Amino acid sequence: MIKIEHLVKNYGSNCAVDDISFEVESGEIVGFLGPNGAGKSTTMNILTGYLSSTSGKASIAGIDILRDPIGAKKLIGYLPEQPPLYLDMTVEEYLKFIFDLKGCRLDRKAHLAEVCETVKIKDVYHKVIRTLSKGYRQRVGIAQALIGKPKVIIFDEPTVGLDPKQIIEIRNLIRGLGKDHTVILSTHILQEVQAVCDRIIIINKGKIVANEKTENISHMVDNNRRFNVKIAGPQKEILAMLKGMTGIAYAEALAERDGDAYTYMIESDFGVDIRKKLFYQLAERNWPLIGMEALGMNLEDIFITVVDKSEEYRTAGNLQNRIKRRTRGQDKSALEREVGASLYEEAQRQRSESSLSAASDEDDE
Amino acid sequence: MFAIYRKEMRSYFINPIGYVYLGVFLVFSALLCCYTTLISSSYDTANYFMFLIISFIILIPILTMRLFAEERKLRTEQLLLTAPVTITGMVLGKYFAALTVFVSGVLISCINLIPLYVIGNAERAGTESSLKHIGPVTGEIVGSVIAVILLGAALIAVGTLISALTENQLSAAVITIGVIAVMVLLNVFNMLTDSDGQPLIGVYAVRAVLDWVSVLSRFSAFSNGIFDFAALLYYASLAFVFLFLTVRVYEKRRWG
Repeated sequence: MIKIEHLVKNYGSNCAVDDISFEVESGEIVGFLGPNGAGKSTTMNILTGYLSSTSGKASIAGIDILRDPIGAKKLIGYLPEQPPLYLDMTVEEYLKFIFDLKGCRLDRKAHLAEVCETVKIKDVYHKVIRTLSKGYRQRVGIAQALIGKPKVIIFDEPTVGLDPKQIIEIRNLIRGLGKDHTVILSTHILQEVQAVCDRIIIINKGKIVANEKTENISHMVDNNRRFNVKIAGPQKEILAMLKGMTGIAYAEALAERDGDAYTYMIESDFGVDIRKKLFYQLAERNWPLIGMEALGMNLEDIFITVVDKSEEYRTAGNLQNRIKRRTRGQDKSALEREVGASLYEEAQRQRSESSLSAASDEDDE
Repeated sequence: MFAIYRKEMRSYFINPIGYVYLGVFLVFSALLCCYTTLISSSYDTANYFMFLIISFIILIPILTMRLFAEERKLRTEQLLLTAPVTITGMVLGKYFAALTVFVSGVLISCINLIPLYVIGNAERAGTESSLKHIGPVTGEIVGSVIAVILLGAALIAVGTLISALTENQLSAAVITIGVIAVMVLLNVFNMLTDSDGQPLIGVYAVRAVLDWVSVLSRFSAFSNGIFDFAALLYYASLAFVFLFLTVRVYEKRRWG
């Protein structure tokens, strides 16, 4: 349905999308996952004909977006990152305008009613868009994309800025759309693609890092490898033991203390469940295991995990080369440090002032 | 294109801006008509149209400032550019909407000239001699109105381009005022004279160029009762060039 071949987009010397190729089958829901600035929006903008690619080819149902832009655009419904709403129109006027703009040949009244039913905006149909809440605005944006029954629907970060309940509603809505449409959505939230998509394309710094079925990625994520463990006992010896244990790829002590217990972060080797083994080993030495907490994976970790599958990263020698991870309790944020420093200075100043005034008081006497 | 045209027309009248434009334009033209013809007891409409054109310096930016600047700011241009519409269609839809409001303003303002005919008729009835023409010259007025409309069409195209270049309505308006003022008033420099009555700009070539470029000086033929096709062609080409540039601006942005 959608075919992208060797797509490149440069902004001056800055390369936003670097030789991306992928295909999306008809009826699939594909998630575009990547951190901000990875090139998700750029790819989508090229696909919808808003931007032109520097080189490469994008086609929808066999129609090249550059050669026949009008024909290709007719097949697409697009919701950009910021829903393109005319705030001074009512929902009705807006949707009618979109209907005319897309040159639809369907029965207008019936079709608009159907779309409103799908996204549940009937109760605000006659309201001015300016007065609507963020959630409703987003839904009007989705309604706009659905008008004309496009074969392909593209959502750019559809749930940003919504509250949890709205997010769930929108996700359900998108999953429902997958029955009749081919859907691409972009997001930087992992759970979102897991919940909605059939396939996940992970993109970072303009390149595709992974293009996998959702089950495979989920499996990778469920196979959690990093834990914070809290163990009572001598810190140095425990750390030495953890580091020496087979199956543990990495261990470090964290600056967190609870009585005589210290917290350590460990990471197991790929595909090893270390938990039971760790428990028995500690019990053997009489160091009670007080707590164990699985560290959730953020996007950065997913990249690492995905990249880990390639041979060169599996060797332990490269561990140091990896991106430094954020762990709990470490590193105060810059703001905290700044505030702390200013408080300290203030206290110093007051102390010196009070001692000065005390000295002058003595002089008076 | 028609969808965009209809949307723009509607948005002129959902917002106060369409009413403000028409209101200000009609009041101003009515006052102007009073002062240049009725109060100065003259049937000559040349001054009326001349001052009307000068008022476009302020009025036309009101019409054009939001055309594209607003869309860019609200990111709705993404909607238009990803819809199955060509860029040319989008630009023309917006341009013709502005032009429609402008033309309807000019046509409505023609009622200002009715009193001239009424007075002219009364005066003619009171005189014996039928040799002398009394009252306004209809041919001259029709020619002037056509010229004013085409001149406005050119200036609206200028405003459209400037609106496409900026993201802020206000800066679009200010820049448009500046550019239109220069285009309209360039030949004023030619009229400046020193104390001896000699023109301030001594070189004839410079004056000729200023005159050639100035939009207003090309209008003078119409106020003398000559229907100047060259001037109309000049206005039409100005409109075409600026609309073409607007389309290019959007093409360029896609590739940027």
